[in-house]
Amino acid sequence: MSAPTGIDGPSLVAALKDCGITHVIWIPDSHLGKWDADLSNAPSIDLVRACREGEAIGIAAGLILGGKKPIVLMQCTGFFEAGDALRNVVHDLHLPLFLVVGVRSYYDYQCRRTQDTCPRFTEPIVRAWEIPYEVFERDRTADDLAASYRQSQASNQPKIILLAE
Amino acid sequence: MNMMTHQQALEVLAAHRGERIVITTMGSVGIWPKLSDSPLDFHYMPSAMGEGSALGLGLALAQPQRGVIVVNGEGCMLMNLGNLVTIASTSANLFLIIIDNGLYEVTGGQPTAAAGHADFSGIAKAAGIERTYSFAELDDWKNRAAEALGGKGPVVITLKVEGRLGQKTPKPPRTMAEQIARLAAAIRS
Repeated sequence: MSAPTGIDGPSLVAALKDCGITHVIWIPDSHLGKWDADLSNAPSIDLVRACREGEAIGIAAGLILGGKKPIVLMQCTGFFEAGDALRNVVHDLHLPLFLVVGVRSYYDYQCRRTQDTCPRFTEPIVRAWEIPYEVFERDRTADDLAASYRQSQASNQPKIILLAE
Repeated sequence: MNMMTHQQALEVLAAHRGERIVITTMGSVGIWPKLSDSPLDFHYMPSAMGEGSALGLGLALAQPQRGVIVVNGEGCMLMNLGNLVTIASTSANLFLIIIDNGLYEVTGGQPTAAAGHADFSGIAKAAGIERTYSFAELDDWKNRAAEALGGKGPVVITLKVEGRLGQKTPKPPRTMAEQIARLAAAIRS
């Protein structure tokens, strides 16, 4: 399995620390899961292992209300499940939620090598929720992720990074 | 046995909440403002289904010195039972109250899947939350509320109350934007 992006665990943790991220709430997939050891061992970042993606968004909302700076990591399959929580936190509570969503089979879908329907629906659903997003392919780095986070927080807007897998 | 009413259950809670943040959901949103108007009250409405306890967990992780009480319904809890496992994996100073009336109050009083057989505090205990309580009688709840709400969380308290029919979705006393601004100011002070 090739790395989905130019973001490895150490560079991710360094970028998150640089942004002042206090909590990572996640449900890993096989790509994001490679960051587990680095996130677990980062002394300034608390890793919260949620059971479901909507729940992860609810936890992040509480952390933001309490003055902390969380990000949420999940796969697109869980993102599909989390719609109601996303709608509420972004459009009712107007909180600047920052998500990193792994898009399963993204590259295979570009080459028509998969029957996986995840990549077909991910971007249309993000657009339907009216949330700004960027697709991160392999050339994007942890510094790019940090820049995107800073920009979203500076404008008090939510943001979704779609991490091509 | 005379079951306690939802309001009686919350009156006891109001007397013991201390300086903690209180998050209410669904039916409790219509009762709690009669008992309290603290800046540390947060009526989670409009809400996401079942996310009141998750939101409370996040707030409790952010504010460990202050502590958070979530007043959840058992219908809400059923939508996010996994959150009990997540709570158990943390040391969050969270007190999760599960108001168990056996029905979906604001949708016409239909029974929940848990009605009459599920033990929420038992589920919480099995999920790994060490301190759990369950009360069905008002005097029992009154007599042990100080103990149950004492110390640090995580704690889960199930309160079995009478179901109410003919209820409508309650409306919080302030808009969400006003509530968030008020809570943020109270937390900063």
